[in-house]
Amino acid sequence: MATLDVAGVTKSFGTTQVLHGVDLTVADGEMIVIVGASGCGKSTLLRIVAGLETATTGRISIAGRDVTGLEPADRDIAMVFQNYALYPHMTVGQNMAYGLRIRGLPKPEIAQRVTEAATLLGIESLLDRRPRQLSGGQRQRVAMGRAIVREPKLFLFDEPLSNLDAKLRVQMRAEIRRLQRRLGVTSLFVTHDQTEAMTLGDRLVVMHAGHAAQVATPMEVWARPADTYVAGFIGSPAMNFLAGTLADAGQAVALAAGPVLRFADGPRPGPEGLPLTIGIRPEHIEAGASGLTLPLDLVEPLGSETVLHGRLPNGEALTVKLAGPAPAGPAIQVTLPAAALHVFDAASGKRLDR
Amino acid sequence: MKKTLFKGTALPLLLLAPQLAVTCVFFLWPAGAAIWQSVLQEDPWGTRSEFVGLRNFAEVLVEPEWRGAALNTLVFSTSVAVLAMGTALFLAVQADKSIRGANLYKTLLIWPYAVAPAVAAVLWLFLFHPSIGLIGRALNQAGLDWDYKLNGGQAMTLVIIAAAWKQVSYNFIFFLAGLQSIPKSVLEAAAIDGARPVRRFWTIIFPLLSPTSFFLLVVNLVYAFFDTFGVIHALTGGGPGKATETLIYKVYVEGVQNVNLGSSAAQSVILMVIVIALTAVQFRFIERKVHY
Repeated sequence: MATLDVAGVTKSFGTTQVLHGVDLTVADGEMIVIVGASGCGKSTLLRIVAGLETATTGRISIAGRDVTGLEPADRDIAMVFQNYALYPHMTVGQNMAYGLRIRGLPKPEIAQRVTEAATLLGIESLLDRRPRQLSGGQRQRVAMGRAIVREPKLFLFDEPLSNLDAKLRVQMRAEIRRLQRRLGVTSLFVTHDQTEAMTLGDRLVVMHAGHAAQVATPMEVWARPADTYVAGFIGSPAMNFLAGTLADAGQAVALAAGPVLRFADGPRPGPEGLPLTIGIRPEHIEAGASGLTLPLDLVEPLGSETVLHGRLPNGEALTVKLAGPAPAGPAIQVTLPAAALHVFDAASGKRLDR
Repeated sequence: MKKTLFKGTALPLLLLAPQLAVTCVFFLWPAGAAIWQSVLQEDPWGTRSEFVGLRNFAEVLVEPEWRGAALNTLVFSTSVAVLAMGTALFLAVQADKSIRGANLYKTLLIWPYAVAPAVAAVLWLFLFHPSIGLIGRALNQAGLDWDYKLNGGQAMTLVIIAAAWKQVSYNFIFFLAGLQSIPKSVLEAAAIDGARPVRRFWTIIFPLLSPTSFFLLVVNLVYAFFDTFGVIHALTGGGPGKATETLIYKVYVEGVQNVNLGSSAAQSVILMVIVIALTAVQFRFIERKVHY
């Protein structure tokens, strides 16, 4: 069990810089999920921690030991790959024992550890099979088993669930979480899936264009996104963004769509007329008998709830999620509760707090 | 797979005809003629022939010269296969690393395959000739007493190197393709599991290449058995003495030089049986050996 420190890591491939200085501290036993769209640098960051890529600048320490220049073999880590990367010519048992044999562990101990891990994962009946005889979910378990038997300081997961079908993915997600809790191994999990990120992580790192846009707990990322990118990335359907300006000595925002809304949690700093971006989640918008008129152009019934898409009179798109069935009629009246507003500086995209 | 259904048999037969014609004219007919010839005894002028059954075979198999040629063939083909495959594998592993100029490197390595056997032999002759060859003279100056025209062991070494050199390109292409089909993540997983490059090679890469290696082994043996006539003929002519006379070369000596057609035919039939056996082994094992 160990801590992980990533300090000022940058990475360039030729003239293209993909990581612009990432800092991250992972506590002992913590599960950190790195989430972001493709090309944000999340896999590169994981591979740098693994030692499969070399950072252009910056340092990586595991359990207080600087491993920046070390080979993957010397870092005492285990990794689960997206395509599982099982050794095709070895049985499941041999796959799991490979790393232990390299370390020169005595045979009885290897056998014992493999059996334990296999039992934990429910694959003890598969030990003599070869990877090609296994289903996707079983391969995934073997890959996990291969990581577990090593008893490494750090687990790395590189989108391990994205090759599974939807149902299995949910099941494996829960299993990984339970296993990680039980073993208490410090883990780094890369994914592009926000549901995986929210459910798996003790904390999230939301990556955007080679930066860590926000590092926080899932609930904090959801409730207080650090910038408009994070706000739009986490949450489904995505947060609405409306243009506005600071008004009433910082006490309120004058929306381009018309209404002036008073901030529920106090004034924001800044000059009168400062351009703002106001975020509000679709599920926080209230429909009623009065308020802004929202002509609808698409209604998506989801059973227990309904997602409505429309355009405000000033042309801004607005998505509303309502509990229950869709309302009748071509338009609804909506109000934006002040307590649910997220205030961002329009120029920088950063969150503006009191 | 898309299946095409034909009405009637005329069109399919017509479409198959060129391939069937080639097989008949260049394989079945000469093979049949060889088998027929192998049970006849004919005088050198071809005026009289007599049916002798399997006597030609019986005589060939007890002949010490044939046995000597068989032993030469064994040494020669094994060495060629090992040398050609070993070199090719080494080069392919190097080429598989992402290096500057990798494409140029690969292209250059493939060239020798386009060189005709006799031309390749002449090239090696100019290198290793004891008095005019670049390397041959250097060896003599170093006091190694190099003369493959007198020393049978040296002659064998030379034809092995020349024959192997021609085959390296072919093996290289297959090994490189085999290496590139190994998923990169599998090697990365091994690296994370603690395996160093040498260990990764022997425990992951080499086993995963084994279907390729086995296929190449058979191809190389067949090559060394049958396609090396040109190299031997141009370099040593089977000499000195009979030191580099392989089975295929002896077929030529017996049939063309000694005009003993029955014996020559019997020897070529034996070779035919060997290659059929090798091919059969290849098909049987390739199906069983490939484990993924």
